[in-house]
Amino acid sequence: MSPYAARRRRNAIATGLCWVATAFGLGWLVLILAVLVWEGVRGLSFDVFTQMTPPPGSNGGLLNAIAGSLAMTILGVAIGAPLGMLAGTYMAEYGRYSKLTLIVRFINDILLSAPSIVVGLFIYTVFVARMGHFSGISGAVALAVLVVPVVVRTTEDMLLLVPGPLREAAAALGLPRSHMILRVGYRAAKAGIITGVLLAVARVLGETAPLLFTALNNQFWSANLDAPMASLPVVIFQFALSPYKDWRQLAWTGALLITFTVLALSITARALSRLRTSK
Amino acid sequence: MASGLDDHRKGAVVSDMVSDAARPPVAEIERSRILARFAVFDFCFRNLTRAAAIAVLVILGGVILSLVYGSLPAIRAYGFGFLTSQAWNPVTDNFGAAAPVYGTVMTSAIAMLVAVPVGIGIAIFLTELCPYPLRRPIGAAIELLAGIPSIIYGIWGLFVLAPFLQQHVEPILIAACGDIPVLSTLFAGPPYGIGVLTAGSILAIMVLPFIASISRDVFETVPPMLKEAAFGIGCTTWEVMRNVVIPHTRVGVLGGVMLGLGRALGETMAVTFVIGNAHKIAGSLLAPGTTISATIANEFTEAVGDLYTSALIELGLILFLITFIVLACARFMLMRVERRSGG
Repeated sequence: MSPYAARRRRNAIATGLCWVATAFGLGWLVLILAVLVWEGVRGLSFDVFTQMTPPPGSNGGLLNAIAGSLAMTILGVAIGAPLGMLAGTYMAEYGRYSKLTLIVRFINDILLSAPSIVVGLFIYTVFVARMGHFSGISGAVALAVLVVPVVVRTTEDMLLLVPGPLREAAAALGLPRSHMILRVGYRAAKAGIITGVLLAVARVLGETAPLLFTALNNQFWSANLDAPMASLPVVIFQFALSPYKDWRQLAWTGALLITFTVLALSITARALSRLRTSK
Repeated sequence: MASGLDDHRKGAVVSDMVSDAARPPVAEIERSRILARFAVFDFCFRNLTRAAAIAVLVILGGVILSLVYGSLPAIRAYGFGFLTSQAWNPVTDNFGAAAPVYGTVMTSAIAMLVAVPVGIGIAIFLTELCPYPLRRPIGAAIELLAGIPSIIYGIWGLFVLAPFLQQHVEPILIAACGDIPVLSTLFAGPPYGIGVLTAGSILAIMVLPFIASISRDVFETVPPMLKEAAFGIGCTTWEVMRNVVIPHTRVGVLGGVMLGLGRALGETMAVTFVIGNAHKIAGSLLAPGTTISATIANEFTEAVGDLYTSALIELGLILFLITFIVLACARFMLMRVERRSGG
């Protein structure tokens, strides 16, 4: 065989393998979503949204888990997002060239992919062990710790994209720096910052590990943030590993709900950020 | 810019003072009061944002300090022997980290073995082979894989992947590797379904999108001129990738791989479902094992006694230190790529 044909063949094999790799990756996505829909839809009914988590062997739904997840996610984002936005603001505006920014950026990127179970341990030793009992509020704080790095990163990136002349124009009008940021910077970066918050919501909505020993779980309806609180992922964890058939069915249904909520959020976030960049 | 703005404002105040001799004093007071309020607000906002930035550092410090504090009793009781001991007996309060650390390293190694070539393959596909209109949707779909919560991978792994591996893959592996020296111990039966291999497979699927999307991003930083020159002298696509693009982006790809590794090491829920939670180091990859994160997730709420809790927290500390080092290396490498491409 001529060397040219051999090179052609090697190229065909290598590029063929790249096609296979992509098909392999996409195959998992399709397979996971298909199984989720297949197993989850069977258990989908009105009861899921109106009934409490049942004891084994009786009918029930996931209402307390859904409510707990929503409450802790909203609270976690309400604590974490403003903190992250302010930190991102410092890094992009006041301290753009400072050493502090470099360090914070580096540490923040590490926190972004740090194991979430460690965050659970951190909140356990700081809050739960002090208070002496598991509580919804400590679950929310654990989620907030996970929200911060996501929001810091996107806020900084988005503010850095705001063109300098906009800032200069604001400064030329005599606006103090804070007003320039609040009235011009935030407004210009709004879509991007909202994207970041949505991504953060998507991230923490499915988090299980940090809730296991902060919020624990609760089989009953509880609006008390000082008491253990159910959440969808923890209920899925508990129910999926149980031997009871109806619990497993609820776990699949919960998994379906949470996956599609999370995917819808991240697709919305992606669309929002594209809207901004195409403008 | 800050100083420029401050000068400007001071200048305005000074000129006001000069010309305001002719104006009514009320307006001057009003004006200076507003300016003072601006200055105070600006000062507050500036320091508020700086405090928030410092809070990020405080969180990291808090994580490390709280873990060290929580693991002090275990460190005092076991010293360095904790790292090498395979014991895990809550009844006699005898704990060692060797089995979970081994499981964490093994599952991550399996994951990287699969995910690195496949991830780079996907990145090559997305940058060179994919028809243009499909690039964005396929790239987004791969990234969606990263968005699926880990608990979903867990439940899916337990009910779909584990039985599939048990019935169709593991018997073949056992039969095929029965006579080969090293492989026969790695794939010694019986096929449990849940075990180190299954956990590694799930992790491979989970870190795949991270490696693929970062590799794609760094491949795109290669100057088109370099690639065009290589194509111009008659290189095939594969030769361009292998001899030009990959050597040029080596550091960045390695950064992406390390980032994926950091994820794999710390992943909790997906592994907890399929690892089997057995505190022993088995020679076979098909046997159940445990990882640091799975041990913590499974046992922490049931841990009675200070030493038990403390040993689990020390495991968390070990995990955090390992991932911290890996992720720090990853970021450092990716920063170098950014600096080079950003100019």
